[in-house]
Amino acid sequence: MPSRFVMLMFLCGGLMSPLLASADADGAMLYARNCAACHGENGNGGIGVPLALPSFQASISDDYLRQTIRLGRPGRVMPAFTRMSDAQVEALVHYVRAWDKGAAATYTRQPIKGDRAHGKRLFAQHCAACHGAEGGGGEGTGVTFSRPRDLPIMAPALHNPGFLAAAPDAMIKATLMNGRQGTPMSSFLDQGLKEEDLNDIVSYVRSFATQPLSASAQLLRVENPVIVRDSPYDFKTTVENVKRAVSSNNFFYGRVQPLEYGLTEAGRENQKQIIVYFCNLGLLNQALAVDPRVGMFLPCRVTIVEHEGKVQVMSVNPKVLSRLFNNSELNRLCERMSESYSAIMDEATL
Amino acid sequence: MKKLSQWLRFVVLMLLVSGPAGADGLLMVRSDKLFPEAMALLQSAISSRGYKITRLQQVNENLERRDYKSDMYRVVYFGKYEEVKQVTAKQPELIPFLPLNITIFAERDQAILVSSHPRMLESYFPDPALRPVFERWERDVVAIMDEVRQAN
Ligand code: HEC
Ligand code: HEC
Repeated sequence: MPSRFVMLMFLCGGLMSPLLASADADGAMLYARNCAACHGENGNGGIGVPLALPSFQASISDDYLRQTIRLGRPGRVMPAFTRMSDAQVEALVHYVRAWDKGAAATYTRQPIKGDRAHGKRLFAQHCAACHGAEGGGGEGTGVTFSRPRDLPIMAPALHNPGFLAAAPDAMIKATLMNGRQGTPMSSFLDQGLKEEDLNDIVSYVRSFATQPLSASAQLLRVENPVIVRDSPYDFKTTVENVKRAVSSNNFFYGRVQPLEYGLTEAGRENQKQIIVYFCNLGLLNQALAVDPRVGMFLPCRVTIVEHEGKVQVMSVNPKVLSRLFNNSELNRLCERMSESYSAIMDEATL
Repeated sequence: MKKLSQWLRFVVLMLLVSGPAGADGLLMVRSDKLFPEAMALLQSAISSRGYKITRLQQVNENLERRDYKSDMYRVVYFGKYEEVKQVTAKQPELIPFLPLNITIFAERDQAILVSSHPRMLESYFPDPALRPVFERWERDVVAIMDEVRQAN
């Protein structure tokens, strides 16, 4: 109900200024909370693309921003902010727009007709090197954590449901005509392509929407976020079994600690909730190279619990990371980790 | 007019407070502070909400060998004894997600903080008795991140 009231206020010109004043403040807060970690405090870019760049601002509509915030870019790190209210999304759009004094572009939703097959050839020739053979985007996203900041920004995924829903044909065409000055994306009119060529490319890019989901937009599904095995052994034997299984699966184990370690005085912890921490440096480095945020799930750990007389071995299913981080580049690694975890837990409870 | 604008502010504030804001997966904020200072702020924000910090896990030696230079990277684990005891007695499958943690790492002269939304546990463990606990953790983790982000 209050949100309808706020919408009503938006419509009342006379009351606009006080509301906008606070919408601005809230926009700043919302941006700092939800976007700044990736796009930089002032929209100067980071893990995400620089949003304050004049050439970017000149080429996008408010609606493009709105939709991108709502839908995100599945598999490409940019999250979908599905829990924000409409008023919050508006406040964000307003805030991001205020970095640029130019008027927002508006685009028709009118489809652009073109020769898709010819567009496909042109795409392979002129775009694939940066945007990927199937439009899945450059390796890594934005200017990633894992690369020095002075490298040019990575090409976004075009074969992505979030991008395709947010960008009308006319906007894609305008981007090809004008490029984005200050980024590796250049004007293809300047590079000698004709307007019809651009129409053909746009029509090819649009056809991604009817093709199977690109690998870069796919995230792993998990039926159960926790992998659990019942152990036929007693508690102590199971702990020893886990340690042995960790080693025989090419990991080394480190600390073996009760869950309550550090929460209460030493000696008072529940000794029937034990965590075995383990690691494999090769895998660790690989994971951190793809997405440094995965450090929060490292080192790996398996828990042994005795609950109501039953001994169980359990761990977080590493596959949940794919969706949690919205990063399809983690998929293969998560699958491998999931297999290793299962192997360790199977071996320990065999 | 003044009254009305105050009231509007209140309405908008309520929307912000009550409205579920934030990315669905992760909480991620940037602090203007250098790593050691941001780290100190984080620890005090956690402790001041009654949590005990159990460990400052290092991951950094491995990061240092990579292109991305970060000599400062920690996972800060924290919890409340009675709370952890109660929820894990009720739902042992929560143990792999505990203690709660916030990751902090340096990025040039700033620090980035990352945590998963504790609220996310609701979809994994739809037990109504646990819901208030998850909601409380969510509020606390958001408040902790806000406190570090806004400190000046
Ligand atoms: C040299 C690398 C490079 C080439 C070649 C290139 N792009 Fe780009 N493109 C980029 C980068 C980088 C961006 C992001 C620019 C930014 O930060 O705003 C981009 C942005 C775009 C965008 C806007 C998408 C978005 O999410 O912002 C579209 C559409 C696009 N490119 C299409 C194409 C097409 C079609 C071609 C071939 C005709 C092409 N690009 C060739 C690097 C490239
Ligand atoms: C976890 C990191 C992250 C967060 C948080 C994030 N973004 Fe992004 N954003 C990205 C990445 C990465 C891309 C580029 C996706 C790609 O490469 O395919 C992107 C792309 C975008 C784009 C499209 C840019 C273009 O060139 O067309 C917009 C607009 C955008 N983000 C706005 C936002 C806003 C507004 C917020 C906060 C509500 C936000 N993002 C939060 C990482 C993030």
